[in-house]
Amino acid sequence: MTVGIATAVWGGIVVLFGSGLLGLVYKGFDRKLAAHMQGRIGPPLRQPFYDVTKLMIKENIVPDHAVTWLFNGMPVVSLAAVATILFYLPLGGFAPLFSGYGDLILVLYLLAVPALAMIIGGFAAGSPYATVGAQREMVMLMSYEFPLAITLVSVAWRLATILPGAHTFSLAVIAAHPLWGMVGPLGVIGLVLLLISLLVVTPAELSKIPFDIPEAETEIAGGLLAEYSGRNLAMFYLADAVKMIVMSALVVALFIPYGIAAPLGLAGALGAFIDALFFLVKIFVVIFFTVIVVRVGFARLKVDQVARLFWLPMTAMALLGMIFLALDRIL
Amino acid sequence: MDSDKINLELGCTTCTTQTTYSVPIGPVHPALKEPIQFTFRLSGERIVGVDIKPGYAHRGIEYMGMKRNLIQVLYLAERICGICSISHPLALTQAVENAAGIEVPPRAQYIRTIIGELERIHSHLLWAGVAAHELGFDTLLHLVWKVREKVMDLLEQLTGNRVDYAIPIYGGVRRDIPDEKAGLAYEALSYYKNLLQDMINAFLHDKSVAMRTSNVGVLTYDDAVALCAVGPTARASGVKKDVRQDMPYLAYADMDIRAITPEDYGKPVVGDVFDNIVVRLLEVDQSIKIIEYCLEHMPGGELTSIPKVAALLAVLKKADGEGIGRHEAPRGEVFHYIRLEAGVEAPVAWKVKAPTYSNLMSWVPKFMGDEIADIPIIAASIDPCMCCLDRATLVDQGGGEAVKLKEELVKLSREKTRRMCG
Repeated sequence: MTVGIATAVWGGIVVLFGSGLLGLVYKGFDRKLAAHMQGRIGPPLRQPFYDVTKLMIKENIVPDHAVTWLFNGMPVVSLAAVATILFYLPLGGFAPLFSGYGDLILVLYLLAVPALAMIIGGFAAGSPYATVGAQREMVMLMSYEFPLAITLVSVAWRLATILPGAHTFSLAVIAAHPLWGMVGPLGVIGLVLLLISLLVVTPAELSKIPFDIPEAETEIAGGLLAEYSGRNLAMFYLADAVKMIVMSALVVALFIPYGIAAPLGLAGALGAFIDALFFLVKIFVVIFFTVIVVRVGFARLKVDQVARLFWLPMTAMALLGMIFLALDRIL
Repeated sequence: MDSDKINLELGCTTCTTQTTYSVPIGPVHPALKEPIQFTFRLSGERIVGVDIKPGYAHRGIEYMGMKRNLIQVLYLAERICGICSISHPLALTQAVENAAGIEVPPRAQYIRTIIGELERIHSHLLWAGVAAHELGFDTLLHLVWKVREKVMDLLEQLTGNRVDYAIPIYGGVRRDIPDEKAGLAYEALSYYKNLLQDMINAFLHDKSVAMRTSNVGVLTYDDAVALCAVGPTARASGVKKDVRQDMPYLAYADMDIRAITPEDYGKPVVGDVFDNIVVRLLEVDQSIKIIEYCLEHMPGGELTSIPKVAALLAVLKKADGEGIGRHEAPRGEVFHYIRLEAGVEAPVAWKVKAPTYSNLMSWVPKFMGDEIADIPIIAASIDPCMCCLDRATLVDQGGGEAVKLKEELVKLSREKTRRMCG
């Protein structure tokens, strides 16, 4: 279960650059498709690349009231945290790069880091809009973490009951053993409920409409990001793009880890290539339904409405899913 | 929360207790389409106080008007506001016709009514889009503004311009609506009639819109009456107030116009933002019916009683007296006062009161008790127009800020009127 240094370094570079590129490409699709759904033409697909390039060469302004080192540090922390998660996620037919060095619980914690970094950055900016945004992000974080944690742990626990002795909190193991075929009808109902709650958590985790409350352009003028500009903003932008890939890769790893190479009878390099392409399609489908369609179809909610939504119905749904999985085991 | 820290960071000077803090919104902010300064006192996310400071869009249009002849004043009036660009000329022409005793042929009155109601359709659709945007519902914004293009196109086909239609002139109108153009109007109207149910579904039956607008920005019936709210803002609170109903003018006297309240939609009056949406959507339907009536019953005859501009100017120069004109603009009652003196080309006094001026104070009860997240939609709910509103500015050579109370303002206004009228 050890990883060679060279593999780790080269794999890491490929994963980092690949996910950055992919995140920006998918962001381009997101904007183009959302525009078409809204009856607009939309920007060209490469617009996110233009945006990042432009931001990189723009002046990086630090407000007078800001705590400079925190303000400048948080974009780096945010980007580093989301990039690190990628090392623990199975990507396509490939096992996680750091498989064996961390598991689902670590991913859960790392997922909270970008949000925390934005909160700290927001407070450090010393602007009232950023402060309000940071407070809202905190409430959001407290709201969606519980259903998210229930979902991840339930899946791993049910798998542990089926494969005693296996390291079921490792995403590689979860992805290699899709639960759908191993549980009874009650378990399938439970899994569906858990999948739905994870899909609802996804746009909240990504701060997309209807959950873009911490940024809320018309209310608090960009909130957390109000004071960020230039290179710092570019890093948050990239972190956001990569996080989109991370969240959908997590959904794919937990619930739809199937490949098409084996059923098609393909093997070797061609099979791996086909599976990688299929993985990209799966990620796109998840993004399409959890981010693009949702953000086109809803108005922004208020922070208390979001808290109520996640604490009551979504937590209840996740718990119900867990109970169904438990019942499936007992019966 | 850590409000102490926020107080420090804001350099807050107006905080009364340790538990509240101030957040400035404006004069320039994404939630505001025009400059105005709000200072909110907040307790957590809840609004416990608001101070409103207008005056950033004053251009001295009335003063400019008093240096020019009345035809030029008409052009200025058209440019007071880009959205109500027929409402101000309609009120002004009525005021001048009232002062100079000029008759308006019936056909001209019908044409004025048609353009005025077309403006209401485009203004209400524009507002609906802005409201959707303030709610973070950009899809609805883009769809509503897309369908708004139809009425803009129609206005261009009828008048030659998308905004600033240049239709009314003292004594009549400048362009006819011939039969072939009436056909275009019918086509656009049937387009909107088919669309209205979709709009009602998109706004009134959408869960996320209802969640954001129900019981938000409530203006009670009593508050609306006490604060003299006008237009859809008052009607959403159940006040049956509409110039077209109360003092019919132009072609409205021939029709049975009723002020629209949420009760017409079959719901009890709450006076919240949702009711504002209801009233404005139903008014689009009302406007469609008014325009149809006008097109069907359009009388024949002259377009204007004094066709030659030189003759018109001569008549206006001889006129002596004062007049008022009022029109139910999309946002509420717009009121123009004019005073003419024989031998003087320019008006001696010209006073404009736009609907936003009357609705300004209804913001205070609407904001109280709601949250930061509600600020943009409540601010938008009265459909504010700052450049209509800002009709006065206070120049203080000593420096510093001044707050004038009602008694003193009335005294200052009377002094100024005496100065102007000699």
